Amino acid sequence: MAEPLITSTILGGDRLELAAAGTWTADCAADLEGLVDAAVAQAKQARAVAINMGNVERLDTFGAWLLERLVRDFSTEGRAINVVGLPDRYNHLVNEAHRANRKQPEQQGADIVESAAKMIRRTFWLMLRDILMFVQMFGQLVVAVGRVASRPKTFRFTSMVHHLDHIGWKAVPIILLITFLIGCIIAQQGIFHFRKFGADAYVVDMVGILVLRELGVLIVAIMIAGRSGSSITAELGSMKMREEVDALQTMGLDTVEVLILPRVLALVIALPALAFLGSMAALYGGGMVCWLYGGMSPEIFLSRLQEAISLDHFEVGISKAPVMALVIGIIASIEGMSVKGSAESLGLQTTSSVVKSIFLVIVLDGVFAIFFAAIGK
Amino acid sequence: MTMLQPANKNIIEVRDNIIEVRDVVVSLNDRLILNKLSLDVYRGEVLGFVGGSGLGKTVLMRTIIGLLPKVSGTIKVFGVDLGTCTEEQRHAIERRWGVLFQQGALFSSLTCIQNVQFPMREYLHLSQRLKDEIAIFKLEMVGLKPDVRDKYPAELSGGMIKRVALARALSLDPEIVFLDEPTSGLDPIGAGNFDELVRTLQQTLGLTVYMVTHDLDSLHAICDRIAVLSDGKVIVEGPVETMLESEHPWVKEYFRGKRSRAAGAAAAHA
Repeated sequence: MAEPLITSTILGGDRLELAAAGTWTADCAADLEGLVDAAVAQAKQARAVAINMGNVERLDTFGAWLLERLVRDFSTEGRAINVVGLPDRYNHLVNEAHRANRKQPEQQGADIVESAAKMIRRTFWLMLRDILMFVQMFGQLVVAVGRVASRPKTFRFTSMVHHLDHIGWKAVPIILLITFLIGCIIAQQGIFHFRKFGADAYVVDMVGILVLRELGVLIVAIMIAGRSGSSITAELGSMKMREEVDALQTMGLDTVEVLILPRVLALVIALPALAFLGSMAALYGGGMVCWLYGGMSPEIFLSRLQEAISLDHFEVGISKAPVMALVIGIIASIEGMSVKGSAESLGLQTTSSVVKSIFLVIVLDGVFAIFFAAIGK
Repeated sequence: MTMLQPANKNIIEVRDNIIEVRDVVVSLNDRLILNKLSLDVYRGEVLGFVGGSGLGKTVLMRTIIGLLPKVSGTIKVFGVDLGTCTEEQRHAIERRWGVLFQQGALFSSLTCIQNVQFPMREYLHLSQRLKDEIAIFKLEMVGLKPDVRDKYPAELSGGMIKRVALARALSLDPEIVFLDEPTSGLDPIGAGNFDELVRTLQQTLGLTVYMVTHDLDSLHAICDRIAVLSDGKVIVEGPVETMLESEHPWVKEYFRGKRSRAAGAAAAHA
């Protein structure tokens, strides 16, 4: 394969003759581009340019385009340009290149302030849209519940049980394990630090209140947002991608009633149950550590626990669970339904579903804390 | 290169074969799909490969381009045996062919122009300006407007996806293009335009086209030669006339059935 070549000869002051040779193909395109640019730079003074393509061995679209670019660059300043000796078999291709790239794409404005303002505006609208979509989905769910309540036979009971199995029952081992470990860690830290000022008996109060009021439900809600929220988004999203959702709609079925309601209800039932199990596991873990590490016998732990906590703490904790479940379910469904055609979009929405629902769960926990403090519970 | 004057008035050249398939055996899940199949594809022709559904048309194509393993036999592309060549030789050959998959197989996370540039980015070290210009040139060659450049595949219609996929297959100016059912899923007008496009590009760029198809119109309109697959072998090959004269029952049914006569009449009119 011969290297591409452009040799230039200056004839009589303002006339330039270029002789092209070698292969003008994709493999040599990088070198060729340099040669073309050099030739254009060299021919600043020339009035008339002739390009002899007679010695070119091979030419493909890359070569044809670079020839076209050479011609265009020369002719910008009204110079006469002449291509000679082009083998007939390449005429088609060169003509094709001559027609190409005529419309320049619009240049985007590169003003930093303007683009930043644009981004802020966009983010603001997106947030507003998120809030509206949340309210809309909540409304649709309420309507669907109302409709199902008036005609209980239309409720997808089997579907709900199936999701309850996935979201609730199958999550039990991992939830128990994690909350157990969290209980152990809190108790260990409490004993270690409280012992310094002789207050290690109060570890039981701390573990009991913290687990029942806050951590039990919060940890479980975050776990479920990651585990089940993401899977709901992915399920709905891939059904949306493959037009299954559209198919349901054309059959006259309500997607919220058929697809979303069973999932959200399953979440609302499963999350309090899991939160209860999780809290018990955490207390158990705390008790174990108090016994083995802190030297407090289980009998003492239990009786102290009975003194330290009241039913109020448990009620505060568990009453948050269904609300958090509802938020997780609504976010997961909204994100799933906004999946577009591509695989990338599915991944994006799943991520955003998990991030948003975990964020909202934590914010909601804060709101609840303020609320319960205000009503004195 | 010798010129032969055959019985009919077409002039047939004895040409170098760019793909040479000899006695290839392929089995999938213990089912014999291709049984000692042999086929030649000549430089500069459009070969249409037909056969019943599920009999292995796509299997042969995928075996040639190396996506499926073969049990025995040899496949030579550009005179190089793909079974025994080195990794470098293989990469060099892969650069010289382009493949259009049935569903387009565009990368969904890249825009159209990025899809077309993808092979260039991997194989050639070009300036971004040249890559942009060439990619738009290719998109225009396949009949798309430059404003599709920044769209994602999900935003395109089926016909446009096929065109962008074709532009990507042609990205590195290959010598052979494999087309897997290029007109399936297109309406008859779109399919006709696509046939025309393939023909024009084939002539402009001097391509060799290997086309797996079901579309009788494509066979009539653009194929120089047709090979028919049945029972794991090529049973008939030749131009459309040969197909029409064949007495093999499947070929007879296929090319002289009701639908085929309509396509033939349309091609004769055109």
